[in-house]
Amino acid sequence: MNKTWWKILGSVLVIYTAIAGLLLGVPRLPILNETIRNLYFHVPMWFAMIVLFSISVFYSVKSLSSKSEIDDIKAVESVNAGIVFGLLGLVTGAIWAKYTWGQFWSFDPKQNFAAISVLLYFAYLILRNAIDEEQKRAKISAIYNIFAFPMMVVLLFVLPRLKDSLHPGNGGNPGFNSYDLDSRMRMVFYPACLGWILIGYWVYTIRFRIRNIENKQQHN
Amino acid sequence: MQLAKEVKYLIHKEVLLEWRSKYTINGVLLYVVSTIFTCYLSFVSLGDKLTWNALFWIIMLFASINGVSKSFLQETKGQQLYSYVLASPAAVLISKTVYNTLLMLVLTTIALGFYTLVFDSFTPPDLVMYYVAVVLGSISFSTVFTMVSAIASKAGNGGMLMAILSFPIIIPVLILLIKLAKNAVDGLPWENSYDEIAMLLVVNVLMVATSLLLFPYLWRD
Repeated sequence: MNKTWWKILGSVLVIYTAIAGLLLGVPRLPILNETIRNLYFHVPMWFAMIVLFSISVFYSVKSLSSKSEIDDIKAVESVNAGIVFGLLGLVTGAIWAKYTWGQFWSFDPKQNFAAISVLLYFAYLILRNAIDEEQKRAKISAIYNIFAFPMMVVLLFVLPRLKDSLHPGNGGNPGFNSYDLDSRMRMVFYPACLGWILIGYWVYTIRFRIRNIENKQQHN
Repeated sequence: MQLAKEVKYLIHKEVLLEWRSKYTINGVLLYVVSTIFTCYLSFVSLGDKLTWNALFWIIMLFASINGVSKSFLQETKGQQLYSYVLASPAAVLISKTVYNTLLMLVLTTIALGFYTLVFDSFTPPDLVMYYVAVVLGSISFSTVFTMVSAIASKAGNGGMLMAILSFPIIIPVLILLIKLAKNAVDGLPWENSYDEIAMLLVVNVLMVATSLLLFPYLWRD
């Protein structure tokens, strides 16, 4: 993906969602009111995070068999980019929660589980710092990354469904599901997801290239 | 079958080693009993059963981290090389997990007995369901901690890394366990807990499967 068309597409989509997300009409729902626009800025963060973490697991699996340093750098840099999106998801969610639930952090299951899954990846980064030898670090951290990924899926997608949550779409609250996500919102929401995923991927490729150059300089 | 034979032999070895020194079991047992006693002395005024339930699981969590993390962290490089030459990685992992499960079962059973003895008001009305939660807890603690302690021991510096790496993974399991145990304390009918039991089993199968896939890579230095 060295071509530039997808970078332009990603930027255009994100600029479009920033403008259209704030200006276009939205359905008026009780409690949510105008804060429903946060859907365009909060949910795509999680999509981008999950795509980046999936890329990381893919390269971790690859690096276990190929033992190449490139694959290891790809795995760690996609986690680095993904964690930023995870933190942004938490922050956008907390700001939204302040205006609808009354508190930044109300110990809602979804908030807690999302925070724990971000912790999981901080643990991964700390594990990397704890090991000095490069090949050993690549191997052990890849193993932990693959071991932790199913747990993140459980945390984000399975456990919140077992518990009552204030989060839209859970526990009988009006959700952003098909029946009130009307066609006006889809026009912005889907481009927003695609746009942020592309931007996230772009951030990751830039970080990977920087690390790769640094690595080459160190070896020379 | 070769694998079953190796697993049986390795479990026998672990049990024999433990039986000779009786260090882990006695050490962790004393740890659990003194922690329960400390909690009893510091929270005397608390009458709420649910708080006691949460406290029980937190005590068990720390006891099992101490108990299970020994499995790989305690072994010297020579011992690891010895079992690497003699047995397949799958056999090593399975034997350690099974041994840790047995250890945890003994431990949690004694701890539960002591807990109900000390806290008279705690005794859950549905003791069978509570015991199911305890058994599932022992299994999940040992599956997760065995693999994480292998990772931590290979990474070189044990104790702190073990806690950092295992907490985010064990928290979802712990939440499910506390929920299930809470159902038992409240005396709810069994139908209400099938979700949690099934989920715990699924998580365990997932953990064992990924551990078995990944352990051979970790074991080979």
